[in-house]
Amino acid sequence: MERLAFELESAGPPAPRAPPVVVGVVASGNLEVLVEPGDLAGRCRVEVATSANGFAEIWDAVLRDFAARNAVAGLALSVNDAGATPAVVSLRLDQAVEEYLGQRP
Amino acid sequence: MTPGNPGHLPARRSYREATARRRLAGILDPGSFTELLGPSERVTSPHLAGLGLAVAFDDGVVVGRGLLGGRVVLAASQEGGFMGGAVGEVHGAKLVGLLRRAERERPAGVLLLLDSGGVRLQEANAGLVAVSEIMRALLGARAAGVPVVGLIGGGWGCFGGMGIVARCCDALAMSEEGRLGISGPDVIEATKGVEELDAADRALVWRTYGGKHRYLLGEADLLVEDDLAAFRDAAAALLASPRSLDEGALAREHERLARRLADFGGCTDAADVWRAAAVPDPDRLPLLDADAFRRAVAAARGEEP
Amino acid sequence: MTRVWDTARRSRLARLARASAAVGGGRWVDPGRVTPLLEALLEPGDRVCLEGDNQKQADFLARALARADPARVHDLHLVMSVLALPEHVELFERGLARRLDFSFSGPQGTRLAQLVAAGRIEIGAIHTYLELYARYFVDLTPRVALVSAIAADGEGNLYTGPNTEDTPAIVEATAFKDGIVVAQVDERVERLPRVDIPAGWVDFVTVAPAKSAIEPLFTRDPAQIGEVQVLMAMMVVKGIYAEYGVERLNHGIGFDSAAIELILPTYAERLGLRGKICRQWALNPHPTLIPAIEAGFVESIHAFGSELGMERYVAARPDVFFTGRDGSLRSNRAFSQTAGHYACDLFIGSTLQLDLAGNSSTATTSRITGFGGAPNMGADARGRRHASAAWLRAGREAQADPAAMPRGRKLVVQLLETFREHMEPAFVERLDAWRLAETMGMALPPVMIHGDDVTHVVTEEGIANLLLCRTPEERAEAIRGVAGYTPVGRARSRRAVEELRRRGVIRRAEDLGIDKREATRDLLAARSVKDLVRWSGGLYEPPARFRSW
Repeated sequence: MERLAFELESAGPPAPRAPPVVVGVVASGNLEVLVEPGDLAGRCRVEVATSANGFAEIWDAVLRDFAARNAVAGLALSVNDAGATPAVVSLRLDQAVEEYLGQRP
Repeated sequence: MTPGNPGHLPARRSYREATARRRLAGILDPGSFTELLGPSERVTSPHLAGLGLAVAFDDGVVVGRGLLGGRVVLAASQEGGFMGGAVGEVHGAKLVGLLRRAERERPAGVLLLLDSGGVRLQEANAGLVAVSEIMRALLGARAAGVPVVGLIGGGWGCFGGMGIVARCCDALAMSEEGRLGISGPDVIEATKGVEELDAADRALVWRTYGGKHRYLLGEADLLVEDDLAAFRDAAAALLASPRSLDEGALAREHERLARRLADFGGCTDAADVWRAAAVPDPDRLPLLDADAFRRAVAAARGEEP
Repeated sequence: MTRVWDTARRSRLARLARASAAVGGGRWVDPGRVTPLLEALLEPGDRVCLEGDNQKQADFLARALARADPARVHDLHLVMSVLALPEHVELFERGLARRLDFSFSGPQGTRLAQLVAAGRIEIGAIHTYLELYARYFVDLTPRVALVSAIAADGEGNLYTGPNTEDTPAIVEATAFKDGIVVAQVDERVERLPRVDIPAGWVDFVTVAPAKSAIEPLFTRDPAQIGEVQVLMAMMVVKGIYAEYGVERLNHGIGFDSAAIELILPTYAERLGLRGKICRQWALNPHPTLIPAIEAGFVESIHAFGSELGMERYVAARPDVFFTGRDGSLRSNRAFSQTAGHYACDLFIGSTLQLDLAGNSSTATTSRITGFGGAPNMGADARGRRHASAAWLRAGREAQADPAAMPRGRKLVVQLLETFREHMEPAFVERLDAWRLAETMGMALPPVMIHGDDVTHVVTEEGIANLLLCRTPEERAEAIRGVAGYTPVGRARSRRAVEELRRRGVIRRAEDLGIDKREATRDLLAARSVKDLVRWSGGLYEPPARFRSW
């Protein structure tokens, strides 16, 4: 079990405050992503707990691209990972943010 | 070109495929669900964390309040994807809390969306205690006049202690994909040998534990398609007809079980039961859709076809 | 001196005479006498085709040959498309055979590599299917062919049924060059459903003691398709099939392409693509294609082989499949491979490894597995002269000079997740095939599809259109641009990749207007084998291992 924390730059307007959203399941090769309003202006905080040790560099790369792809400044993401591939992680992160931002007010 | 017959098309929104959260969202009135102890509260399992295992923010069960057809219900939904929906300390406490709340608040009913292999091995003692507390709280809610309805259609079925919890409910709705039992196929094979039950024989496993057989035996009250809307309709229908929990009802149930033992005790395979129950064309049963199956076994269940 | 013009014919007559002496005259051979028959027919060094197709196997004849006396039968040269059975390997272990020309070895790949390393086997070449059949008619014509059929009638006509596969090509090459054809059949019947091989081309027939077993190789359980595969399928449908208007095609057999088949009735239907894409196929009867057939996408399918459980369904859809007068499927691998090569506008398939030139390989250093149908399908047909919209557009994209002679291109798409299981990267700087070629002393590294034939690489990260790349460097950067977080992908130049994206060489899901929230299994028209049975109206009868009922 490895715990990682990131603070990511993200362009675009700060994300609106909305009720938290959780997407995905902590099943083998899968992960859950919890999206909540965060406390960092202009940046996105991500905390990762992963059962696969030694992939911090890949997490860093995956998350940086994610933050470049989506306007996620001001959000806090928490991840529980059970060994998902980068493909699944990226997809789940995108789905989680789309779900969070797509909520009806 | 031969356009497909829409009657044969798979359910548009599969219950089995949905996550615990999506099941709740699909069954309760849209937007009506309010979660209790949601993921943001981060009430996770201290035992798993101590073992260096991945935790889930909701410990594998979503509990809360919502509306079903405009009536207030409490509901819980187990996530089979997380540790097979197994009951740990937090998971169990959330179920107990929900059922005790039902006893206090007297909602129109409680829905239990069960998808669980039983007690979580990593926190077995806490899980075992939790299961007995769940049963106690469930019967408490029922005694207070709150109907409790179980829905079984997830990939992990409903086994072990949760299998007993299921049968403590007023009523159960199952899809044929759902399975219900105490000892699962792997446990039986491991303890009694492959001759007793070949857990790799998928047809045998579903014939034995699956929704169709459970419905035919009278353990499930409704058999539905693997479809969220069908489960929603079933939940509403079952909430409307609670079962009495008095001594007479228990005696009748015991009588029914004694009769079942007498009728089918000699059968070694579910298929033998179907034949003994004089269901027409028993070999075709596994391929029938839920409606056709209900019609085919109506007489065997002692109903008007 | 007069030259003798019929040495092969004389040899044939001598062999038949020996056979007659050994097992008695006549076409019908007792199964217990097949080994002596083969010992009488065969001469050391003979070129023998032991029918081993992708699915059907002359398994009884293989066992009978494996029991032959190595003092009498040795140094055989086996020519066969698929080396699938343990008995095939045993022939080399026992010294009965020495040389091998083949296409695919699948499950025997590891033992084959060991035999090559031990010097017990000489490999002529690992062929593509069409290439091997072609050589049957040029320099690898069999002296003796041992083939498999379902049934024979009293005259000796053969019924090969749905799994006709390689038999016509093998028998044609052998029988018309004075070779000898021995057939095993499951049963002898009064009247055949249809004649697939005429009795005049067959010399001996034996009724095998057990039915020849066929494995369901092309059944992919929809339950095992993940959402990343659904996302990739959406990109393929929207970014390639719709874009080019791909009407005629072939699919590989992975879960990736099964996902495409299963979103045709849902996603492609919603995009208004029915009647516009995926109309005509060269393909085995994949169960996962049933929903697309039922939904009216698929108009015709010619098959290489068959698939267990699909018999009744195929027979009930003669407008779609090629069937005999008896109603059952007639497959033919040689014709279907030709169809896939020349008449299809697109091939799509998965691979284990892809390098920066786009070369793909399924070779690993410890196994010699060879190729399936992919190389013939996944190669531009340079001899093609008929035009189609998809083919012309691909050709236009590939030409830097708009005034150059117009020429079409086949779309060859490689579909792969950037990481395989256990975080094994699918993108590599150098294919394992190189190392295999070195250790095995092979002239050519076994490349499944050559980079210069690949037009698109699709991963979960997006589509790289290699047709639009003008230099090898650009091509490599385009491949890095979809190689995700593999070391190859992370070595990309961000600026170069953004420039390629601006030019449409690289397209991401968002560039294609794909909502990733939709990339769930809900998009699959069937999510289980039972769903497929339902779509088929109960006509599809899956093998027991795929049933939960």
